[in-house]
Amino acid sequence: MLDAQQSLRDRWKTLSQCVCDGARLMVGQGNYAAYAAHVRKTHPDREPMTETEFFRNRENARFGVGNTSGFRCC
Amino acid sequence: MGAIGKHGPWALVGALGAAALAIVATERGEAVNALWIVVAAVCTYIIAYRYYSLFIADHVMRLDPSRVTPAVRHNDGLDYVPTNRTVLFGHHFAAIAGAGPLVGPVLAAQMGYLPGLLWILAGVVLAGAVQDFMVLFVSMRRDGRSLGELIRAELGTIPGIIALFGTFLIMIILLAVLALIVVKALADSPWGTFTVMATIPIAMLMGVYSRYVRPGKIGEVSILGFVLLMLAIVYGGSINDHPVLGPMFTFTGTQLCWMLIGYGFIASILPVWLLLAPRDYLSTFLKIGTIVGLALGIAFVAPHLRMPAITKFVDGTGPVWSGQLFPFLFITIACGAVSGFHALISSGTTPKLIATEADARFIGYGGMLMESFVAVMALVAACVIDPAVYFTMNSPAALLGTTPESAAAAVTALGFAATPDLIVQTAKDVGESSIISRAGGAPTLAVGMAHIISSAIGGKGMMAFWYHFAILFEALFILTAVDAGTRACRFMLQDLLGLAIPSFKQTTAWVPSILATALCVSAWGYFLYQGVTDPLGGINTLWPLFGISNQMLAAVALTLCTVVIFKMKRERYAFVTIIPTVWLCICTLTAGYQKIFSADPRIGFLAHADRYASAMAEGKVLAPAKDAGQMSQIVFNDRIDAALAAMFIALVVAIAAFGILACLRAFRADRWTALETDARAVPAE
Repeated sequence: MLDAQQSLRDRWKTLSQCVCDGARLMVGQGNYAAYAAHVRKTHPDREPMTETEFFRNRENARFGVGNTSGFRCC
Repeated sequence: MGAIGKHGPWALVGALGAAALAIVATERGEAVNALWIVVAAVCTYIIAYRYYSLFIADHVMRLDPSRVTPAVRHNDGLDYVPTNRTVLFGHHFAAIAGAGPLVGPVLAAQMGYLPGLLWILAGVVLAGAVQDFMVLFVSMRRDGRSLGELIRAELGTIPGIIALFGTFLIMIILLAVLALIVVKALADSPWGTFTVMATIPIAMLMGVYSRYVRPGKIGEVSILGFVLLMLAIVYGGSINDHPVLGPMFTFTGTQLCWMLIGYGFIASILPVWLLLAPRDYLSTFLKIGTIVGLALGIAFVAPHLRMPAITKFVDGTGPVWSGQLFPFLFITIACGAVSGFHALISSGTTPKLIATEADARFIGYGGMLMESFVAVMALVAACVIDPAVYFTMNSPAALLGTTPESAAAAVTALGFAATPDLIVQTAKDVGESSIISRAGGAPTLAVGMAHIISSAIGGKGMMAFWYHFAILFEALFILTAVDAGTRACRFMLQDLLGLAIPSFKQTTAWVPSILATALCVSAWGYFLYQGVTDPLGGINTLWPLFGISNQMLAAVALTLCTVVIFKMKRERYAFVTIIPTVWLCICTLTAGYQKIFSADPRIGFLAHADRYASAMAEGKVLAPAKDAGQMSQIVFNDRIDAALAAMFIALVVAIAAFGILACLRAFRADRWTALETDARAVPAE
C-alpha cells in the first residue's frame, strides 16, 4: 500500500517535472540542474555559471546577436 | 495475431476517419456537427503517422537510434542538450505554431469548409509534415546546421545566397502581414487597443521583476503577468463605455499603423529582458493554453457548422480574397498544410536538442500534425458562426459601405441573408462599436472562439470578454513576432550589408544597429501602410504575397531534401519529396503569374496599376485615392508588389534549376555524395 502510494507520488513528480521543463524550454530556458551537473562532470576544473547567469545567458541566446533561433513562426 | 493483430486496430481507425470524412463531405442541407471534422482529421493524422512517417523513417532516412546526435556529440548543457522527447515536442510545437494556422483557414472559409479541410489534411500528410521531418533529419545529420548553411553545402554557394535573400524578403512580408492583422483587429476598438497597450507596461514590470527581484522564476512572473492581463481585459470593458477614455483609445487604422511602426523600431532596440523576453512568456503560455482551451471547447460544445460545405465563391468571385480555388486556396492556407518557415525552425534549435534519431519522427512529423490540428480548429471556429456575420466581417468596406443597413443589403446580395439587427447585435455581444469589414482573420476567429467558449463558460454575458481575450491572445504573440522578427531581420541585413561594408557587421555598435533596424522597419512598414490604406482591405494584396513566399520557401526546403535523397543514392524513394515540391512549384508559379499578369484588376497587380494609370492620364481620380498624388502612389505600390511576386517566381525557378542539376550529378555519381557528419556509436556513459 505504502509502495503504491510512493510510486504514485514518484510518477506525479516525474510528470510535473516534465511539464515544468517543457514549459521552460518553450521560452528557451533549458534545465539548470542538468547543465550544472554536465559542467561538473565533464569539466571539473570549471565552475558552472550560477542559476541567474544561466538564465540570462539563455535569454540572450534566444534573442541574441546573429541568432534567429528565438524567431517564431508565422 | 499476425497481420490482423498488427494492422487491425489501425484499419478500424482508418475506417472511422473515412466514415467521418464521408459524412462531412456528403451532408447537404443539414448542419454538420464540427466533431465529425475533428474525428476525420485525427484519424487521418493517426494513420499518416503510423504508416507514412514510419515508411519515411525506415526507408528514406533509415533512422539509426545508435547514431550520435548533435546533442550528444556537442553536449554543452546550453545549446546542445539531449532532451526528453515530450519536452522537446512542446518546444518545437511552441516554435512552429503562430498566427499563420489561425488566420489562413479563416480566410479560406469563404469557399466553404470542405476545400480548406481537404487541403489541410492532404497538405500536411504529404507535404508539410514531410518537409518538417526531412529538414529536421537533414539538419540533425549535419550538426544541427541552419537551412541557409545546408543549402550552401549541398547545392552550392549561389543557391545558398539566393535562399538567404529569399528568407529576408519573406520576413519583411510576414512582418507586414502580421502587423496588418493587429491593425485590422484594433482599429476603432478602444477595448482591444487598451488591453493590447496594457501588455507593454505589464511586460516591462515582469521584465524588471525577473531581472532584479527573482531572476529565473518564470512560473511566478508569468502568473503575475497573466492576472494583470485578465484585469486589463476586464477594465478594458469600462474603457469602452467611458466618455473620455473611450475616445482616447479609439484610433483609425492609419494611426495604429504609425504607432506599430514606431513600436517595432523602439521595441527591437530595447534590451531583450525588458520587453521581449517577458512578453514571450505570456504569449507562449497563453498560446498553448488557448489552443488547449479551444480543443476542449469544441469537444465539449460540439457546435454545428453553419457555413456551407462549398460556397459559390470557388469560382474566384469571393469578397474576402480574389482568385479561383486553384491556385489561391493552396496559397491562402499555408501554415497548417505546409509552411516553409518551419524549415527554419527544424534547422534551428530543435536538431541540437534531439537525444536520439528515433525521436525525430515524433517531433518533426508529429509536431506538424499538431499544428495542422490547430488549423482545423481555426477552420471550425470560422465556420460555426453565421455565414452572414462571417462575410460582414471579412468583406471590404468598398463592397459593404459603413452602415449596418448597407452591409446587410450587400451581404444578402452575396447570398447570405443578413439583417441590420444581426450585425448590430453581434457587435454589441462582443463589445465592439461595429463588426463591418474587420478583415484579417483575427476578429473572425475571435468571434468564433467567443461563440464556442462562451457556450461552455459564462454564456452570452461573457462573450465580449472571450472576444477580447482572443484578440489579446493573437495580438500578443503577433507583437512578440514583430519584435523578435525585426531583430532577426536586422541581424540578417547587417550580415548582408556587411559583405559590402565590413563595419556594418558589428551588431553591438549603435550606428549600424540603428540604421539596420530603421531599414527593416521601414521595409515592413511600407507594406503595412500600403495594406492599411488599401480599399480592398490590404489582406487581399498582402496575404497572397505572404502565402506565395511561404510556399516558395517550402519548395526550396523540399528541393534541398530531394537533393539529399539523391545524394544518399535512395532516389527510388525521392517521390516522397518530389511530389510536394512539384505541387508547390505549380501553385506558387501559377499564383505568382496570375498576381502579376491577370487581366482582372482584383487579382493582377499590373492590371490594377493600369486601371489607375489610365484614369490618371484622363485626369480622373478613382476611390480611395483623393488626389493625383495618391493615384500615382497606388500605381507605384502595385508595381512594387508585381516586382516582388516576380522576384519570388525567379527565386523558385532558380532553386529548382540548381536542385535538378544537383540531383543529376548525384544520380550519375557511383557513390554516396551527401555530406553527413561522421557516424559514431553513442559513447558509453
